[in-house]
Amino acid sequence: MTTPRAGGGRNPDRSPLNWLLLLPIVIPLIPPLFNSDEPRLFGIPLFYWLQLAFIVLGVASTTIVYRATRRNP
Amino acid sequence: MKTTEIVIFTILFLVVSGLGFVAARWRRPDDLATLNEWGLGGRSFGSWITWFLIGGDLYTAYTFVAVPALVFGAGAMGFYAVPYTVVVYPMVMLVLVRLWSVSHAHNLVTPADFVRVRFGSPTLALLVAITGIVATMPYIALQLVGIEAVLKTMGLTGDLPLIIAFAILAAYTYQSGLRAPALIAFVKDSLIYLVILVAIIYIPAKLGGWGSIFDAAKAKFDAAGSGSILLNANNQFQYITLAFGSALALFLYPHSVTGILASRNRNVIKRNMSALPAYSLLLGLIALLGYMAIAAGIKPIGKDNNTIVPQLFDNVFPDWFAGVAFAAVGIGALVPAAIMSIAAANLFARNIYKEYVNRNATAAQEAKVSKIVSLLVKIGAVLCILLIDPQFSIDLQLIGGVIILQTLPSVGLGLYTRWFHRGGLIAGWAAGMAAGMLLLYNISNPATNHAHFGGSAFPLAQLGFDTKITVYAGFLALIVNLVVAVLGTFVARALKSPDGPDATRPEDYFVDEGDPRAHELETTARAS
Repeated sequence: MTTPRAGGGRNPDRSPLNWLLLLPIVIPLIPPLFNSDEPRLFGIPLFYWLQLAFIVLGVASTTIVYRATRRNP
Repeated sequence: MKTTEIVIFTILFLVVSGLGFVAARWRRPDDLATLNEWGLGGRSFGSWITWFLIGGDLYTAYTFVAVPALVFGAGAMGFYAVPYTVVVYPMVMLVLVRLWSVSHAHNLVTPADFVRVRFGSPTLALLVAITGIVATMPYIALQLVGIEAVLKTMGLTGDLPLIIAFAILAAYTYQSGLRAPALIAFVKDSLIYLVILVAIIYIPAKLGGWGSIFDAAKAKFDAAGSGSILLNANNQFQYITLAFGSALALFLYPHSVTGILASRNRNVIKRNMSALPAYSLLLGLIALLGYMAIAAGIKPIGKDNNTIVPQLFDNVFPDWFAGVAFAAVGIGALVPAAIMSIAAANLFARNIYKEYVNRNATAAQEAKVSKIVSLLVKIGAVLCILLIDPQFSIDLQLIGGVIILQTLPSVGLGLYTRWFHRGGLIAGWAAGMAAGMLLLYNISNPATNHAHFGGSAFPLAQLGFDTKITVYAGFLALIVNLVVAVLGTFVARALKSPDGPDATRPEDYFVDEGDPRAHELETTARAS
């Protein structure tokens, strides 16, 4: 298993915040969370609005990880 | 014939085609005759261009037409496109930057190039290349289905308009390479965002609000006895395995890799992983057009559900705006079709032509071959649609998703570990392909009159389980692949079968813009 930490531990992608990426991977794949008609939002069933709302979760965690691990020029 | 719509469609189409030709001069390189320039736009695209390019590449015209068609016909199941495109970006974020770095360091153009240097196996690279080409071809053909659905609704029948559209596309892709779709993507995506924004405000207002749209859909499914606006106990597992499996597959497609490798540095990729979900929102809203079509009482042309979105636009929008909407879908087909044909052509030029036909090919020869192949690929796609039933392409694309997934162990896992033996990976690939085909062959779909290859939902009952639960066939095939790859690796080691050399170094996976490249390593790998 090569988990390279090249150049004496220099992995620019390493950050404890990377674990946040698991949230938007796992949560949208649990149907009991969203497989329901009620409560509706503006007439839209939970199934649809909640899954669309998961997009925000994805954006938030990838943004945090980007900011934590980006390389400053 | 609908004159206003046709005129607007034609004008926008011509403007975009003009852009395609002009693109050759855009960010003009010293020499366009290399794969780096023609096929990857000089690996120089910043965050904005990359966003438009990859967005335009992944969210294709076919997607925009087929996803609402699926929702129209089956309901909640069609919404899998949303979790699929939510989980994909956090999943691949850290993987793609590694792919970018190692490709930057070794001057790699295709996923098969990576497999070649990582596992030192031309055979495995060839298998990955062929898998990529086979999976991409029907996808290109399907873009034509998107254009065709629009042309049909405007009353344009016959093959000529389709042939003209693709001929123009082929000409400017040949001339400008990846710069053409990159520039056109700006127009395409702006139009799509505009149309959808208008659609989701204007149409529900016209139909009495979201509540009545969903109620109408529910009533239709209840009356028909099939489909539902929610998942049931049996298709939930299919829903999540399909979303997850599709997400695993997405960035294994050669055209996705092309978009990633064309970006300027690692930051651009990471940043796009949080910007691209804007397209997922768009896709989710587009999916709901399927329900709006139900509520508006839209009937597809013939039995072709793919026409419901154009039909809906035609019904509710004033003519001129329907023309804009049709142009958005039509142009939406051009961007991915161009990138896909470039990606398939690069695979051929790099991993078949250079590896097996002309080992000493110069960069210019490589680019020449790729350009010609990109033309051939498009001609093939047009013939595929015109001469064979389009359903054939739809079936093939379904198979394409399953087979591209079989390159995950060598390409995806290969980015992290060199543990697998090349023999094990080849055996795993073969087993995964065989399993995938067998599973798909055994899926029937009475609704579309298919005894075989009727969909991707494999009933577990066929394996002897007493259940009605279904699962995504590609997911099962991938498990078979992984198990065989692991066992094969143990066997190969036990037999002391020689493993290929790994030409990459751990630090290559973190190289960024401005760091020295390691071309000399690549040449050593090829010599060995």
